[in-house]
Amino acid sequence: MPVEQTIPKYKIATRSSRRTSRNILGNLDWVTVLLYFLLVGLGWMNIYAVVYSPDNVVNIFSFDINSGKQLLWIGTSVILITMMLAVDYKIYEHLAYPIYGTIILLLLFTLAVANPVAGSRSWLELGGGVRLQPAELAKFATALAASKFLSNVNLRQQNMKDQMVLALITLLPPIIIVLQNETGSALVFGAFILAYFREGMSPLILIIGASAAAIFILTLLVPKLYLILGIAVLMGGALWMDYRLMRRIKSMIALFVLIIGMIFSVDYFINDVLQPHQQNRIKALISPEADPLGYGWNVTQSKIAIGSGGLLGKGFLEGTQTKFDFVPEQSTDFIFCTIGEEHGWVGSTILIVLFLLLLTRIVNIAERQKSVFARTYGYCVASIIFFHFLVNIGMTIGLAPVVGIPLPFFSYGGSSLWSFTVLLYILLAIDANRAQDLSR
Amino acid sequence: MNYLENRKYVIQAIFIMVGVVFALRLFYIQVIDSSYKQAAETNAIKTVIQYPFRGLIYDRNGKLLVENTPVYDLMVVPKETKQLDTLRLSSILNLPLEDVRARLKKARAYSYVKPSIFYQRLTTEDFAHFQDYLIDFPGFYINARTARGYSHSSLSHALGYIAEISPRQLEDTTYQGYRPGDYIGKSGLELEYENYLMGQRGVKHIMVNVRGIEKGPFKDGAYDTLSVAGQNLYSTIDLDLQAYGEYLMNGAKGSIVAIEPETGEILAYVSAPFYDPNLFTGKDYGKNYMQLLQDPDKTMFNRPIMADQNPPGSIFKVVQGLIALEEGVITANTRFACNRSLVNCHAHPSPLDLQGAVQHSCNPWFYQAYKLLINRNKSKNTFTDTSIGLKEWRDHALTFGFGKQLGIDLPGEKKGIIASPELYDRVYGKNRWKYSTIYSLSIGQGELGVTPLQMANLMAIIANRGYYVTPHLVKAVGNKNMPLKEYQEKHYTSVSPEHYEPIIAGMEEAVRAGTGRRANLTKLGISVCGKTGTAQNPQGADHAVFVAFAPKENPKIAIAVYVEHGKWGGQAAAPIAGLMMEKYLTDTVTMKDQEKWVLSREYLNLRSK
Repeated sequence: MPVEQTIPKYKIATRSSRRTSRNILGNLDWVTVLLYFLLVGLGWMNIYAVVYSPDNVVNIFSFDINSGKQLLWIGTSVILITMMLAVDYKIYEHLAYPIYGTIILLLLFTLAVANPVAGSRSWLELGGGVRLQPAELAKFATALAASKFLSNVNLRQQNMKDQMVLALITLLPPIIIVLQNETGSALVFGAFILAYFREGMSPLILIIGASAAAIFILTLLVPKLYLILGIAVLMGGALWMDYRLMRRIKSMIALFVLIIGMIFSVDYFINDVLQPHQQNRIKALISPEADPLGYGWNVTQSKIAIGSGGLLGKGFLEGTQTKFDFVPEQSTDFIFCTIGEEHGWVGSTILIVLFLLLLTRIVNIAERQKSVFARTYGYCVASIIFFHFLVNIGMTIGLAPVVGIPLPFFSYGGSSLWSFTVLLYILLAIDANRAQDLSR
Repeated sequence: MNYLENRKYVIQAIFIMVGVVFALRLFYIQVIDSSYKQAAETNAIKTVIQYPFRGLIYDRNGKLLVENTPVYDLMVVPKETKQLDTLRLSSILNLPLEDVRARLKKARAYSYVKPSIFYQRLTTEDFAHFQDYLIDFPGFYINARTARGYSHSSLSHALGYIAEISPRQLEDTTYQGYRPGDYIGKSGLELEYENYLMGQRGVKHIMVNVRGIEKGPFKDGAYDTLSVAGQNLYSTIDLDLQAYGEYLMNGAKGSIVAIEPETGEILAYVSAPFYDPNLFTGKDYGKNYMQLLQDPDKTMFNRPIMADQNPPGSIFKVVQGLIALEEGVITANTRFACNRSLVNCHAHPSPLDLQGAVQHSCNPWFYQAYKLLINRNKSKNTFTDTSIGLKEWRDHALTFGFGKQLGIDLPGEKKGIIASPELYDRVYGKNRWKYSTIYSLSIGQGELGVTPLQMANLMAIIANRGYYVTPHLVKAVGNKNMPLKEYQEKHYTSVSPEHYEPIIAGMEEAVRAGTGRRANLTKLGISVCGKTGTAQNPQGADHAVFVAFAPKENPKIAIAVYVEHGKWGGQAAAPIAGLMMEKYLTDTVTMKDQEKWVLSREYLNLRSK
C-alpha cells in the first residue's frame, strides 16, 4: 500500500481545500440524507404526539417536553454531521483500531465505576446531569474495527486463526455489555453476521443460526413430542428425496440427536439461565394474554394501541391510547405504537417502506465502494440498523420479545440519535470521497 | 468474487421479507382483527375538567367586590345522542326549534365525540327544571361552573367583566392553554390581572367502557391534577365611598377619581353613566352588552382614563404657577394687574400676588406670568424664543404625569395632550406662531388634554408637595400583606417642594372664600385646598371641573370631579367633591342641603358663561 502513505493523514477541510469540500457536498448521497431527515423529522412529530395533551397544550418547541429536547438533539446531530463531513474521510480507516481500543477501555471503565441505573451499569455520568452510554458507541467502533480487519483478511480462505480474531473483535464488546446488564444492546452485535456473510462467511452459519432460533421458538409453542416427530419426518423426507444424503447418515443422526438435546435444554435455559425479567419477555411473546396486567402488559397495550389505529389511523395528536402511557417507554422503545395508532396501517407501512428504502440504499452504497473496508463498513451499518428495525417493530406487534432497543433515528433520545447519525454519516463521508479511493 | 456479490440480493431479500411480514402482520391486527379496537374502547378515558375558582376581589376594608356564583352549562356529546327528540328539547329549554338544531350542528362541527357546550349559563332554577328530564336525553349532561357575582352594583368600569374566550384569542399564541368555552377577563381588572385571577385548571381522568360506564380513576389518579384557585386581589377601592360617588353622579355624565396621596391608592373610581356589573353575568349578557354598546351616552366609555380630549381649564393654573416659580420668572410676591385687555376676567381685587391669583383664578395674571415663562429672550427671534420656552415648559409639565400614561392597572389608559413646538409647527408652520398664538395655554385652555385620573393625580402631587405614586386599584395580589412592588416608587416633579406652599395657600383660600366654597369643610374642622375649572366645550355647555385635597396638612384624600356640561366647576363639581371628602374623612354626610343640591341638578339651569 505505497499510495496510502502519500496522502496526508487527518486533514481537516480548510479554505484551501474548499474544492474538495464542494466535491464532498456534490458527491454526497442526497437520497440517504433525505431519508435520514424524513425519519428524524417524522420521529420528532411523533414524540410530540406522545406528550401532547389537549387539556394542557405545550408548544412543540418547548424544552420542557421531549419534543423540544429532541429538537436539541437533532440540532447537535446536524453539527456532528458537519464535523464528520469536514474531517478527512481517511481518518476513520486509519483510526479504526485506536477507536475500537478506546471504546473497549471505556466499556470496561464504565463497568467498573458506573452506578446502577435500573439495574444496568452502562451509564457514564459526565457531570451536570449529562450521561453517556458507551454501549451505543461500541456499535460503530466495532463496525470500524471489523471492517478494517476484513480489508486485510479474506474470510473465504477459512483461516481458523483469522476467524477467531474476527469473532473476538465482534464478541468482546457484547460480552462486556452483557456484564453491564444491557442484554438488549448486546444482541445487536449478532447483526454483524449479515455483513460477514457478504464478505464470504459460509452461509451455513447463517442457516444454523436461523434454524436454532426457529427450533427455540417452536419448542415454546409446540408440544415437544410433536416437534420431535415433525423434525424426524422432515429429516426422513430429506433422506427419501435425496438418497445421496444416505452417505452422510451418521452426521444426520448426530444432528437429530443434537436437535433433540437442544429441545430439552430450552426449558433448562429458560428456567435456570435466564433472569426472571428475561423469562417474562419470552413468556410475553408466546402468550401475552396469560397475564395481561403483568408481564403481558407492554405487548398487550402496544398491540391494542397499534390495532386500534385501523386502516388510516385516528389522526395526528388524536390517539387515545398513546396519551396516557398505556404503553411504557412511549417516546423511546415503543414509539412505533404512536404511528400505528394515529396513522394506521397506511402510516405504519409508509414508515416500513422508508426503512426498507434506507436499508437497500445503504447496501447499494456499500456495493459501489472500491475498498473492502468501505464496503464491509457499509454492510455493518445496514445490519445494525436492520437489527434495530427488526426487533423494535417486531416487539411492538408481538413478533419479537421485548428488548429495550430504540427505533433508529425515530425514538427519543440523544445517545441513540447521535450514535446512529455517526454510524450513518461515516459511511456517507467515505462514500462521497470514493472517487479518490483507489481500488485495492 | 462474483458469487459473493450476488449475496447482496440475499441480504436485500431478507430486509424486504421482514418488511413484508411486518406489513402483513400490521394489516392483520389493524384492519382485519377488530378485537384490538374494542379493547381500545374499554381503555377509553373520559377527562373531566375541574374548573378552578377565579380569584375574588376585595375592597380596602375587606368587603367583597367580586365573588363567584354557580352557573350550569348544558353539555352535549353528539355521538351519544340517540333518537333525539329535538321538539321536546326545544319546549323544555324554551328555545326555538331552529335554534336547537343550529346549536346541535355547531356542536357536531366542533367534534362528534368530544363534549361541547350546548346551552350556557343556566340559572339554578333552569337547571333544576331541566334536571328532571335529563335522563330522557342521552348524550346531554350538566357541567357546573362558577360565574362572577356581585352583591352590589358599583364599580363596573374598573372591575370589567369576563366572557367566553373569542375565536380570535384562541388562535393567538399568547392565550395558549385556553380552550373553547373558557372564560377570560375582557376588560378592567378582570383583564389586567387575568393571569393571577384565572387559577389553574384541573383534570380528572376516568376510565370508561364503550357504554360510558365509569370504571374508576385511570391509574388511581396518577395523571389527575387538582384545580388551583386563582389568586385574590386586594383593591384600594373603598366600596362605601364608591357607592356614594355613584349615588351622587347618578343621572349625570362625568367622572370622580379619589386617590390617597401618599400611596397612590385609588379610593373611588366613578365613570358616569355606569351600569350594573350583574348585567354581564347571566345568560342575557350578550343582549345587555349590545344595548350598552349602542347607548348614546356612551356608558361603556371608561371616562376617568379615556376622556382626554377636553382641556383642564383653570385648574391648570396651579401647574403654570409652580413651573413659573421653579424657573424663577416670578416669586410668590410678584403682582400683576387684572388687565382685561389681555384676556377676559371677572370681578375681583387687583393687583394680586400668586396666592390671590390662584384664589381668584385671575386670567390676566396667568397670561402675564406665562408670557415671562415662555419668552425669556433666549433667542432674538420671537418665534424661536417662543419655541424654546414652550419646549422647556413642556418638559416640566411632563413630570406631573401629563401627556403620558400614568400606568394605572387598567387597560386602555389614554395619554392626554400637552402642547409641543412640533404640534404648532405642524398646525401653523415653523416660525409662524408666537406667544399671542398660544397664550390660552396659560389658563388651561387650548392644546391641552388631561384625563380625570391625571387631574386627581395632580392633586396628589400638590398634597405630597412634589411627588406622586402611580395611581392604582390593586395593592396586593394573593397575600394582603404583600404590597405590589411596582406601586412603591415615588415619582418626583421637576418643581422643588418649597414652591408648593403659596399655591396650596391660594387653593385653601379658593375653597374658604373663593370659587370653591361649596367644597368647604371648615365647619368640620377640615381645611380643604381646591381649585375650580371650566373646560370650554364647543359642542355644548361647558364642562365643570373641581379638584381638591384635604386636609391641608397631612392630606388623606385627593380628588378630581368632572361633570360634563356642568357649566360651573364651583356649582356642579365642587359640592360633589366636598361631599365625597366629608364621607371619606368622617364616615358620615352631614351636609344634607349640599347633597340635595347635587341630586336636584339645579346647577344645570344656571346661566352659562
